Amino acid sequence: MAMTATVGHAHADPHHIGVVIEHPGPASKRIVTAYGFWVFLLSDIVMFSCFFAAYAVLSGQTADGPKGSEIFEQRNVAIETVCLLLSSFTCGMASIAADVRNRFWFYLGMAVTCVLGVIFLVIEFREFADLVARGYGPSRSAFLTSFFSLVGCHGLHVSAGVLWLLTMMAQVFAKGFRADVLRRMMCFALFWHALDIIWVGVFSVVYLLGGAP
Amino acid sequence: MLGKLDWSAIPFDQPIPLVAGAVVLVAILAVLIWVVVRGHLPYLWHEWITSVDHKRIGVMYILLASVMLLRGGSDAIMMRIQQAVAYQSQGYLPPEHYNQIFSAHGTIMIFFVAMPFVIGLMNLVVPLQLGVRDVAFPTLNSVGFWLTATGALLVNISLVVGEFARTGWLAFPPLSGLSYSPGVGVDYYAWSLQISGVGTLVAGINLVTTVLKLRTRGMNYLRMPMFCWTTLASNLLIVSAFPILTATLAMLLLDRYLGFHFFTNEAGGNVMMFMNLIWAWGHPEVYILVLPAFGIFSEVVSTFSGKALFGYRSMVLATMAICVVSFMVWLHHFFTMGAGPDVNAIFGIASMIIAIPTGVKIYNWLFTMYGGRIRFATPMLWSVGFMVTFIIGGLTGVLVAVPPADFMLHNSMFLVAHFHNVIIGGVLFGAFAGFEYWFPKAFGFRLDERWGKAAFWFTFTGFWITFMPLYIAGMLGMTRRLQHYDVAAWRPWMIVAAFGMAVLSIGVICQIMQLVVSIRNREALRDRTGDPWDGRSLEWATSSPPPVFNFAFHPDVRGEDAYWDMKARAQQQSFEHDVPEYQDIEMPRNSPTGFVCAFFASIMGFALIWHIWWMVILGGIGAFATFVVFAWRDHDEYVIPAEEVARIDRVNLEERRSLVSMAGAV
Repeated sequence: MAMTATVGHAHADPHHIGVVIEHPGPASKRIVTAYGFWVFLLSDIVMFSCFFAAYAVLSGQTADGPKGSEIFEQRNVAIETVCLLLSSFTCGMASIAADVRNRFWFYLGMAVTCVLGVIFLVIEFREFADLVARGYGPSRSAFLTSFFSLVGCHGLHVSAGVLWLLTMMAQVFAKGFRADVLRRMMCFALFWHALDIIWVGVFSVVYLLGGAP
Repeated sequence: MLGKLDWSAIPFDQPIPLVAGAVVLVAILAVLIWVVVRGHLPYLWHEWITSVDHKRIGVMYILLASVMLLRGGSDAIMMRIQQAVAYQSQGYLPPEHYNQIFSAHGTIMIFFVAMPFVIGLMNLVVPLQLGVRDVAFPTLNSVGFWLTATGALLVNISLVVGEFARTGWLAFPPLSGLSYSPGVGVDYYAWSLQISGVGTLVAGINLVTTVLKLRTRGMNYLRMPMFCWTTLASNLLIVSAFPILTATLAMLLLDRYLGFHFFTNEAGGNVMMFMNLIWAWGHPEVYILVLPAFGIFSEVVSTFSGKALFGYRSMVLATMAICVVSFMVWLHHFFTMGAGPDVNAIFGIASMIIAIPTGVKIYNWLFTMYGGRIRFATPMLWSVGFMVTFIIGGLTGVLVAVPPADFMLHNSMFLVAHFHNVIIGGVLFGAFAGFEYWFPKAFGFRLDERWGKAAFWFTFTGFWITFMPLYIAGMLGMTRRLQHYDVAAWRPWMIVAAFGMAVLSIGVICQIMQLVVSIRNREALRDRTGDPWDGRSLEWATSSPPPVFNFAFHPDVRGEDAYWDMKARAQQQSFEHDVPEYQDIEMPRNSPTGFVCAFFASIMGFALIWHIWWMVILGGIGAFATFVVFAWRDHDEYVIPAEEVARIDRVNLEERRSLVSMAGAV
């Protein structure tokens, strides 16, 4: 196989524009991992978009039950939003700390992220429990079905994120800042930020639009 | 303790599933005993089950598809016989069993035959064509395969434990809701698709990343073989469409398990939302299946015509056009459900527009053959058979894309004939062409041509005899999924179709015989050079079967038809002056992660179906623990030393040199 011979690159410049761009070969592991995870995140956002669509279709179907404006508490949602946005910042700090191999700031950033995530989850859980206790559970109406599913799906993602976060901290504790651990940390950070973006969508579509009387 | 599961779940009163289940069970046990007694278990475990080699995983995907093809085919035979005899009588299948059979047939053929077959071929071939050593995520690849196998396992368990859905392959509510389908059938359906859907998504992410990020030096986008392009298009569709299926089935399951109201008639649920969501996945799914088949035909037609593919760039454009437009036609699956004339017209036109890029492809294949030196080897037969068959299926597709015509033909046997026409004539013929074409690459010996040709001719004629009568029956007003009927005019066509099914079955038997005969004669059929068909793309530049690292060196690509170029240049210059310097190669270590993960997924799926909650939790914890253990390992790669690489590569290089010098002498 004459693979190292040098022959003129006849086909590399099909349009004769004088610029020959040769594909340099397989990308590095870091790029491949991040790229694949981006693709996953996009697919996850497609999944969320289905729940958004379902909410859009069903949000008026209250079946004589409560409307959004009657059950949403803007104060709680504001606290939730602040928690998540702050946690994105602290997660970013943890990523930077991982890049410069600083364990203290890494643990601190991750721990604060975790606490903020848990506060978010507790508030959301209490909101859900409160609604169910008042008889406004997901089986009350199609509107509540779509509300619980969309917000709950995001909540499940945050819960999975917290689990992943703890696993990452344990990994750094046990293995240090190894190349594969750093790649996973990068994916985790992408995941956490993506959840923030989705929350911005949930906040706007569900609580702001739906909260209007 | 065991949720809804008790002895009444076993259908002791129904002999057909019980006997079928028993036969399968005995067969599996016999194979297992044979494997253990002959001491093959360590080999199977180390070389296949835990393998993260894309070629092995590809082969296992295809094996799964082939086994499930027999299962889905048995369902088809039973249905054809039922409709041939059930004129003014109940036939031999009771309605509730017949309904399960057509639901299982559709589900199995799409999700566990067509999908694994094309994903298997993509796995096997694409990294080789791109000139790289592996896919982007080898261990995830294994997880994806085993999750697909889990889904297939659950569907088959439903044969003897409980029941399968009686709702058709897409489980439309409200029929699939809890009030009309209180049994576990729909739960089997939904959970097996959820689990295998995760596997498919993983495969999609893996292959998209592989094509976009792992290509050898000089493999620019417009130098990729056509199969890589169609793989890219198909997997882009997977990552953008399969999450819709996941979400839709999740909603259906929430309705069934927790009393939600997505698709119920009560409390404001919206059944039409299910139709829209499921077909927003379902129509792209059709192209997920057929685009790779188009890629296979492109490779085969070009190779066996001895010419570069005609209109390569228009082919790329057509592929990507289909990829995009396929997301804009879903509504044509329910023209009759009240969307109104304007919406119907727009979707009807969009559906017809897809025929344009498809037509471009057909002409490109024809012009590739034009003026070529055509060799009618078995893969080429399947390709030509495809062109003839698929044209008819495509045209009837354009016909039902016209909303007024669709109002007449909706849910009729005409529709059944149409989609079998495109799926068998397109996807299955493509899968068989790819199977025959790349088998030597995977196993190092060619398949027997005589049996291969017999298989083609029986399948081809069998297909036409089976499905053309269904078009006519549809025109005569016969609707789909009838367990029995009273219209005399339909009867003769049903009998012809059943006869066609018999011919088709002979084709399947020939296919099996081909495998048996070829394995027995493998020494005579051995492919020593790695290039049995005088191929054009890089998979033929390495030995058959390829070494675990695929290529000793990343090939340097200088144009389309990379390997054809290399051969041409090698004839002019000799190989002599380039003495390669071999280097160590790092490869990913095998891992049981996929298998263990699928084991827990199977337990969890089964427990969810039967409401055995403690077992669900156990399965979940097990799956998470598996990932943590995987994440904790310290050595994920091993090194193949340069001497070993050299030893493996030189053998093949010698064979190839002698071939090229012989060709040069001629």
